[in-house]
Amino acid sequence: MSLGIEHYLILSAILFSIGLYGALAKRNAVAILMCIEIMLNAVNIAMVAFSRYLVPGVVVLTGHVFAIFIMTVAAAEAVVGLAIIIAIYRSRQSVDVEQMDLMKW
Amino acid sequence: MITEIAFWILALVVVSAALAVVLLRDIFRAALLLVLCFFTIAGIYITLNADFLAAVQVLIYVGAIGILLIFAVMLTRDIQQGNPFNRINGPALLLAFLIMVTIISVVAVTDWPVIAEVPQQGVGVPVDESTTGYIAEALFNKEGGFVLPFEIASVLLLAALIGAVVLVRRKDEE
Repeated sequence: MSLGIEHYLILSAILFSIGLYGALAKRNAVAILMCIEIMLNAVNIAMVAFSRYLVPGVVVLTGHVFAIFIMTVAAAEAVVGLAIIIAIYRSRQSVDVEQMDLMKW
Repeated sequence: MITEIAFWILALVVVSAALAVVLLRDIFRAALLLVLCFFTIAGIYITLNADFLAAVQVLIYVGAIGILLIFAVMLTRDIQQGNPFNRINGPALLLAFLIMVTIISVVAVTDWPVIAEVPQQGVGVPVDESTTGYIAEALFNKEGGFVLPFEIASVLLLAALIGAVVLVRRKDEE
């Protein structure tokens, strides 16, 4: 059985769901950020798979360019997210998202 | 044939590493397995003829984001024992499972279209060539390409840099 786009898309869906489950069900804010990175990587796999299998024998580079931009935004997001987590840790001595209720009314 | 064997091994490793990231009790081991997951995804890019993206994946995710996450784990490690689940563990598992089943069934029943030629000039590369130079062409070609998004991305990175510095600066140092 030769590889097709379905294999990569199903792998991407499984990874995305694992990341989604972790992002929803974890209490540690750093663990949630890690799960978000897994989700972004899953989307990147789908992008690159589409760019490989749209035209037979040719790699269409638009998907690669999109993946590069997703990586850029993911890096910026990780940096700002970790900075926020460390700032909250300094003021409240906790990274538990169930205790982060500063903006709850 | 080698590509297929490589894909199955890499897929197995990446899914088990991602599951371990979610399920492990020790968050430091979870961070290390996340780095393994990123590294394996670079291998998956290689099976998709994306050599430049595989290198970028190793540089940015394994090199930068992995180290950053390990730093954050170490800075905040002592205050919380383990890596527990919260109160909505059951509904979250159900929701993620439903979304996975939905996506997989849609992927399975869709007849993915294949077109005969590249829809736009200058974005196609034969599979046996390196993509690196062609990605530069696709980003900065004469028709404009992705020049504006590229510049906006650099502004975004600068904003993230300044934002991170401002957020973690101690207030009493002013």
